[in-house]
Amino acid sequence: MKKLSLLIVGICLIQAAAFAQTNPLIERVTKKLNLVNDYVATGVMKTDVAFIKASLGKVKVYFKKPNLLKVKKEGGISLLPKGGVSVTINSLLNNKQYIAIESGVQVFKGKSLQAIKLIPTDEKLDWVISTLWIDPVDALVYKTFTTTKENGTYEITMEYGQYANYGLPSKLVFGFNTKDYKLPNGITLEFGDEDPAAKQKALKQKKGTIEITYTKYVINEGVSNSMF
Amino acid sequence: MSVIKVQGLSKNFGAIKAVDQLSFEVEAGQVYGFLGQNGSGKSTTIRMLLSLIHPSQGHIEIFGQSLTDNRSAILEQIGAVIERPDLYPYLTAQEHLTLFAKLRKQKITAAKIEATLTQVGLLSRANDKVQTYSLGMKQRLGIGIALLHDPQLIILDEPTNGLDPQGIADIRQLIKSLSKDQGKTVLVSSHLLSEIEQIATHILIIHQGKKMAEGPTSSLLDPNKTIVQIKTLDDVDAKQKLMASAYSTNLLERTEGLYLTIPKLEIPALNAFIVASNIDLVSLEAKNSLEDYFLQLTSTF
Amino acid sequence: MWPIIQIELFKIYKRPRTYIAFGAIAALILVIQMGLKIDGEAYAAFLMKDINDTLTVDGKVLNGYLICYILLQLLLVHVPLLVALIAADMLSGEANLGTLRLLFTTPYSRTQWVLAKFVAASLYTILLLIWLAFLALFLSMWIFGTDDLFLMKSNYVVLIQEQDVFWRYLGAFVFASFSLLTVAALGFLMSSLANNSIGPIVATISAIVFFTILSTLNIPLFNIVKPYLFTTHMNNWKEFFDIQVNDSNDAITGSILNVAKIKNSIIILAIHIALFVGASVWIMKKKDILS
Repeated sequence: MKKLSLLIVGICLIQAAAFAQTNPLIERVTKKLNLVNDYVATGVMKTDVAFIKASLGKVKVYFKKPNLLKVKKEGGISLLPKGGVSVTINSLLNNKQYIAIESGVQVFKGKSLQAIKLIPTDEKLDWVISTLWIDPVDALVYKTFTTTKENGTYEITMEYGQYANYGLPSKLVFGFNTKDYKLPNGITLEFGDEDPAAKQKALKQKKGTIEITYTKYVINEGVSNSMF
Repeated sequence: MSVIKVQGLSKNFGAIKAVDQLSFEVEAGQVYGFLGQNGSGKSTTIRMLLSLIHPSQGHIEIFGQSLTDNRSAILEQIGAVIERPDLYPYLTAQEHLTLFAKLRKQKITAAKIEATLTQVGLLSRANDKVQTYSLGMKQRLGIGIALLHDPQLIILDEPTNGLDPQGIADIRQLIKSLSKDQGKTVLVSSHLLSEIEQIATHILIIHQGKKMAEGPTSSLLDPNKTIVQIKTLDDVDAKQKLMASAYSTNLLERTEGLYLTIPKLEIPALNAFIVASNIDLVSLEAKNSLEDYFLQLTSTF
Repeated sequence: MWPIIQIELFKIYKRPRTYIAFGAIAALILVIQMGLKIDGEAYAAFLMKDINDTLTVDGKVLNGYLICYILLQLLLVHVPLLVALIAADMLSGEANLGTLRLLFTTPYSRTQWVLAKFVAASLYTILLLIWLAFLALFLSMWIFGTDDLFLMKSNYVVLIQEQDVFWRYLGAFVFASFSLLTVAALGFLMSSLANNSIGPIVATISAIVFFTILSTLNIPLFNIVKPYLFTTHMNNWKEFFDIQVNDSNDAITGSILNVAKIKNSIIILAIHIALFVGASVWIMKKKDILS
């Protein structure tokens, strides 16, 4: 019985390894992403977390292979999901330390997308499992859902525009779980009336999003390491 | 013309009648002495004249105008020093005079300020803070502030309080000069009657809020009521002998000795009686002064 | 009335006590600024402990604008006490000194003197506030630089863009002047009731402490009177630093969450000022100057 179990697990692993090596859709996505060595993108970031009141802000996003990424708000303070920005498609696919398993076709925003689950083979990676929804027609990833070891789950949805050939989105939405936020009155010295609406909202909504709408990419013109 | 006309003035503090139906008039050019013991109602009356205290009853006219209706115009022509010379300790004499000069309608020049400082003998200390001044210097500065705007009526409430003999003499000289040389009307209060009798042309004596006497200084000194002080080695024996005599009705006994009120002309006869009665006499002194008169009027013996 | 206002200002200027408040504010602010300069990151980390569980905050959080906000939170509770030192002594101090009778025997009416003294106390209060603004805002801006203002409130976080902050501070300081003038007026009222310096100062401070406690206690009985207490409204300068959001939860630059609350507070504080000063004038007109 024990031997049988080991055999089944062994066959599964071999099959999975075969998927990883041979999944053509992932290969096409990777190939497209490999066209970009680095970029500097400008865009507008919107933070939508129930307990945060922040206005839209201009951001610059710096990327350099293999997976260096930095979001900088122009002249201001930026709020980013903890560890979230590093969980990008590049960081998932570039190291090739995963097993890819196709898990059916789903319709998302009118497109039939191939869902592929990635399971990391390197225990040191900070993500546990990730699902990519890829359009087989243009080999673009429209949605990812990643579970990390320490920072919960992240859902990233993407829209594409003029930089689709490079696999770079025109709009990207990070969805993440938020924890409770509460500071004692003694620290904030806020003894007056609280804003009941804000409090209500904070209690109800446990999900937050950060949305970046890109207006321009400068691709493969070099980015200094000091930016990261 | 009456500079001050007070009619039926009263002030009650709860059940206490501080001033009771007081009436008097001060004519232009007079130095009007306002006499009374401490707590007799002098300061309360003066404060009512300066609108610091609201009268419970009565009417005050100054310069022929009602104080209630013309307060501002009346105070423009009054200079006052009320009791202690309370000033700002952190300001200099020069600063005091400069500040108070601003409060007057008429333009008071720097030269006038300097002249006032000279008049009150503070020119050399003009730039020192008041907290370094002696009481006499503060009093002189207070008078300087009162005189700065050349007022027609000067009200001085106990101006010699706490001063040394030289300070008292200086103030006395100043008041005389204000009246005689400048024709000012001065109302001056004090319980130091020896001072007042030397400067006042008219006197009002007040006791427990009521007027006791009023009139020209000279008329208040009656030669038929001369007080004689008798100092002996044995007051008990002397008192017994005097009580047994015709002088018994005129005898006054006070802690500092025996007093008799008799006509001035009868003093030699009294002297003869004392010798004849074997009273051990130390001194026999006629105290024909305003102070003695005041004591006679207000004493409780 | 200008000459007597000038005189009152000159006296305030010459009084040594005047400078205690300026010195105390400078000392407090400089000590806090030094502390935050040396160990501010630890303080910020402590404040952001909760938010760091979810988000990474990138940028110069501990900038001059936040330092100023922290300073105002701390100092606008204490500055009223310093204002009371002068305002509550304006009438009673002179009564105690005996100089009130010097003033009240001048041709100016008591009403004019009382109002002139209140104007002088108000100018002093505003100067104190300007001094506070200079040190807390401008000096902090110079020492710590400027950036967006990241405010952690009890239940939510507000991120105000750098260019949207300065005018809010101007508004907050104008509002704070109403708060402090209310304290000055209260001190003035207490001052009109006494003939010594210490009593009105202690009474004013006690009244502020007492009403502040009533304002912060969440007891139904007190909730009836809370909206009418000046202490409930004194700290509403903070409303300038709360921002409206649109339906997409985007903060609207240049907006204030609750303008009506600010207006209401200013009206209530102004009513208190008028009542306190009016009562002071009435009391002083009726009062016999016995000192």
